[in-house]
Amino acid sequence: MSKILVGLKRVVDYNVRVRVKPDGTGVVTDGVKMSINPFDEIALEEALRIKEKGGATEVVVVSIGPADTQQQLRTGLAMGADRAILVQTDTAIEPLAAAKVFLKLIEKENPQIVLLGKQGIDDDNNQTGQMLAALWDRPQATFASKVELDGGKAKVTREVDAGLETIEVDLPAVFTTDLRLNEPRYVKLPDIMKAKKKPLDTVAIASLGVDTAPQFKTTKYEPPAARSKGIMVKDVAELVAALKQKGLV
Amino acid sequence: MAKILIVAEHAGGKLNPSTAKCVACASKIDGAQIDIAVFATDGAAVAAEAAKIQGVKTVLTVNNAANAEPLAAVLAPQVAAVAANYTHVFGPSTTFGKDLMPRVAALLGVGQLSDIAAVEGAYKFRRPVYAGNAIISVEAPQDKKLVATVRTASFQAAPQGGSAGVEAANVSASLPSHTRFVSRSAAATGRPDLQTASRVVSGGRALGSADNFKIIFGLADKMGAGVGASRAAVDAGYAANDLQVGQTGKIIAPELYVAIGISGAIQHLTGIKDARTIVAINKDAEAPIFEVADIGLVGDLFTIVPELEKALG
Repeated sequence: MSKILVGLKRVVDYNVRVRVKPDGTGVVTDGVKMSINPFDEIALEEALRIKEKGGATEVVVVSIGPADTQQQLRTGLAMGADRAILVQTDTAIEPLAAAKVFLKLIEKENPQIVLLGKQGIDDDNNQTGQMLAALWDRPQATFASKVELDGGKAKVTREVDAGLETIEVDLPAVFTTDLRLNEPRYVKLPDIMKAKKKPLDTVAIASLGVDTAPQFKTTKYEPPAARSKGIMVKDVAELVAALKQKGLV
Repeated sequence: MAKILIVAEHAGGKLNPSTAKCVACASKIDGAQIDIAVFATDGAAVAAEAAKIQGVKTVLTVNNAANAEPLAAVLAPQVAAVAANYTHVFGPSTTFGKDLMPRVAALLGVGQLSDIAAVEGAYKFRRPVYAGNAIISVEAPQDKKLVATVRTASFQAAPQGGSAGVEAANVSASLPSHTRFVSRSAAATGRPDLQTASRVVSGGRALGSADNFKIIFGLADKMGAGVGASRAAVDAGYAANDLQVGQTGKIIAPELYVAIGISGAIQHLTGIKDARTIVAINKDAEAPIFEVADIGLVGDLFTIVPELEKALG
C-alpha cells in the first residue's frame, strides 16, 4: 500500500495584486481571495497522476493553517485526493516548524512520496521540502519538471539555472514541484459534491508536540521602491537615440 | 563578531559569480570575518579563484570524490560540519543555493532567511516577499547560527584583488548514497549567461511560436546580450525553462533589459525590478510593462525588432 502525502498551503490568490497595509504591519488580506498555492496544486496533480497510473494507492492532502483552510483542502479532495488532514493553527508558522509537523505526520502515515510545491507564493521562502528531507534523512528532488517511478526508485528531472538536471533517488523521498511538471486539472461540480463526503480530519498543532515558536521577527512591511516614470518613443529611430543618450548602445 | 562561511558555487572547475556576490553581502556586516568553503573532488582551481575575491580571509577546500556533482543531500552534512565554527552560513539564492541551504539549516536545527536583499546589521536584513510586492525587515536571533541565502541581483560582485589563504579542511560526516546524479543538459549557446549578462533581451507570449522566438536570439546576438523569456513564453514551449525570468524563475539585474512582447505580469516584473534601464516593446499601449519601463515603444514587434536590429547595424 503506497501512499503519497501532498502539502497544500492556503495563500493569497495568484491574481491578486498584494498591497502593504498603510501602518506597515503586514499585507492586506481582508476580503482578499485565498487559494491553494499554485505549486502545491501542481504537486497534487502529480500525485493524482501517479495514483492513476498505479504508482500509489492513496493520496492524502495536508495543510497547516486556520480553520478556513478547510476550503483549500476541500478543493484538493474535489481534484481527487482521498482524504485530508488539517493541522490547525491560527498563527503563521515558519518553514522549519512546517517541516517538523510534516515529519510527525510521516511517522504516522508512512508515505512513499511527499510532494510539495517548491515555494509558497506568499513568503517566497523555498525551504520546507528541503528541510523536511533533511529531518527525515531521506532524498530530496527539488524543482521537479518530470518524475518517473521505477519500483523503489525515482528518476526526477529538475529545473536548474544551467538547464535540466536528472537525478535518481531511492524512495521514500521528498519532491518539490516546478511550473512545468504538469497542468493541474479543473475541478468539476459533481466532484465538489463528492468531496464533501470525503474524510477531513482536524488536528490541533499543539497536540503534535512540535516546537513551532517563530525564530525570525518581521519588524516592518514596506511597498517596493517605485521606478520613476519613463518616456514613450514613437519609433525605432527615437528608441535608438534614447539608448545612445544613456550610453547603452 | 560575525564569522561568516560562504558556500562556493562552481561548475566545470570554475567559480560561479554568485559567490562574489555573497561576499559583497557578507562584507556589509561590520567587522565580519569571511571564509569561503569549496566542496569538490579537487577544489584547488576554484579555491584559487575564490582566494582572489577581496574581503575573504580563508578559503577552505573539502575534497571528496562524492562531491563531483552538487547534490544537496551529499553536500549538506559536510557544510553543516564546517559550519560548526561560524556564526553565519551564506549561500547564493540560485537553484544551487536554494536546493542546498535549507537542508543545511535543518541539519543545524535552525531556520533559514531566504533572499537577503539588504543588510541592516549582523542579524537584521531586508528581503522581498509576495513576488516583490512587499519588502520586509527581518530580525534573526543572535543566539542561533544564521543560515541565509543571498539575493544575487541585489549585490554587485565583490572586486578582485584579494589574497586569501587556502587550507584543506577535514570533514568527517557520513554521506548518503540514496541520491545519485544521472545527467545534465545545458544549452551551450555561446551567449552571455542570463544571470550575469549586462544586457538581456527577453521575449514573451506575443512571439507566438518557437520559430518566431528566433528573432529574439537574433537581436540579442546583435547586442551581445543574454536571452530571457516570460513564463508564458516558456510554458508555451517557445523558449527553454532556464530562460525564464520572474518570481519563480531567474531574478536578474542587467544594465539594460529589453522586454519584447511581454505584457508585464507582476511575477515577471519582480524578476527585473533591479534592472538599470528597462525598454518595453509591445503592441498593447495599456500593457503593465509600460508602467515600469524607462523607454516604451508601442507597435508590432515583428516590424520593430528587424528595424531595431538594422538600426544597431
